Amino acid sequence: MRALRAVVHGIGELCITLGVLLLLFVAWQLWWTDVVAGRAQEQTARELEQTWRPQAQGAAGAPVAPVADPGKGATLAQIPMGRAFALIRVPRFGRDYVRPILQGTGLSVLDEGVGHYDTSVGPGQVGNFAVAGHRVTYARPFNQIAELRRGDAVVVETRTTYYVYRVVGRTIVTPDRVDVVAPVPERPGVSPTTAMMTMTACHPEFSARERYVVYSALSQTLPKSAGTLPAVLAAAAPSTPRS
Amino acid sequence: MYATLWRHLPGPWPVRAVLALVLALAVVAALFIWGFPVLAPLMPFNDGTVSR
Repeated sequence: MRALRAVVHGIGELCITLGVLLLLFVAWQLWWTDVVAGRAQEQTARELEQTWRPQAQGAAGAPVAPVADPGKGATLAQIPMGRAFALIRVPRFGRDYVRPILQGTGLSVLDEGVGHYDTSVGPGQVGNFAVAGHRVTYARPFNQIAELRRGDAVVVETRTTYYVYRVVGRTIVTPDRVDVVAPVPERPGVSPTTAMMTMTACHPEFSARERYVVYSALSQTLPKSAGTLPAVLAAAAPSTPRS
Repeated sequence: MYATLWRHLPGPWPVRAVLALVLALAVVAALFIWGFPVLAPLMPFNDGTVSR
């Protein structure tokens, strides 16, 4: 009788412990990863902007070796996995919204920001610049992806250039539909003639059953040497007085 | 399990309570830093990519 009681008692404690562990995991996944990844992604974006500054000069006055500009196709493949090479800004996601785009789409990469399908072309190039991002957890860069509407701007900033894409459509597919990131989206094998961008995120939220996919088309290429922000960003810039 | 742990903690009860709290926090910290990150990739809701 006594032994039985001890066993029941032990099982009870075990169940309570497991329940607490489960709650802890949920808290970690839904809250803590946002805190940690949000901080890290912010810092990555800031660091990237710093390496782009022209005044980033070495001691001898030589420019610090800049991150290869993925706008030039030849150098895109040289970017190592996990390295940030561009910034994404989406006015619809908030005027302060900026996240780093990193090379690769492995889970460890996506925890650090928006991931670039390394087999797809670079920003602004003819073909499909395809990226993936978390919709929930890890600072959820694509949390509001379902709020994007046709015509919304998606701005990709590289060291030298702003590329302004405009949303042209969206779809929801199963995770095996790799044709959404094909050079011509949904038409694998067809040679591209326009510069497209595909964003993928999980769907529905908190599930990986499907993928939420947004297509955009390049509408403006603005070299930074022009000295002006794209109009969509200038309108959203905090320094601009808003009436 | 927890009763045994409590019996093995040294000192009067306030000291034990503090020690138990520290132990619990250490376990939570270890899980947050090492345990859960290992577990997370196995969860079904973390993948937003398309692949074969």
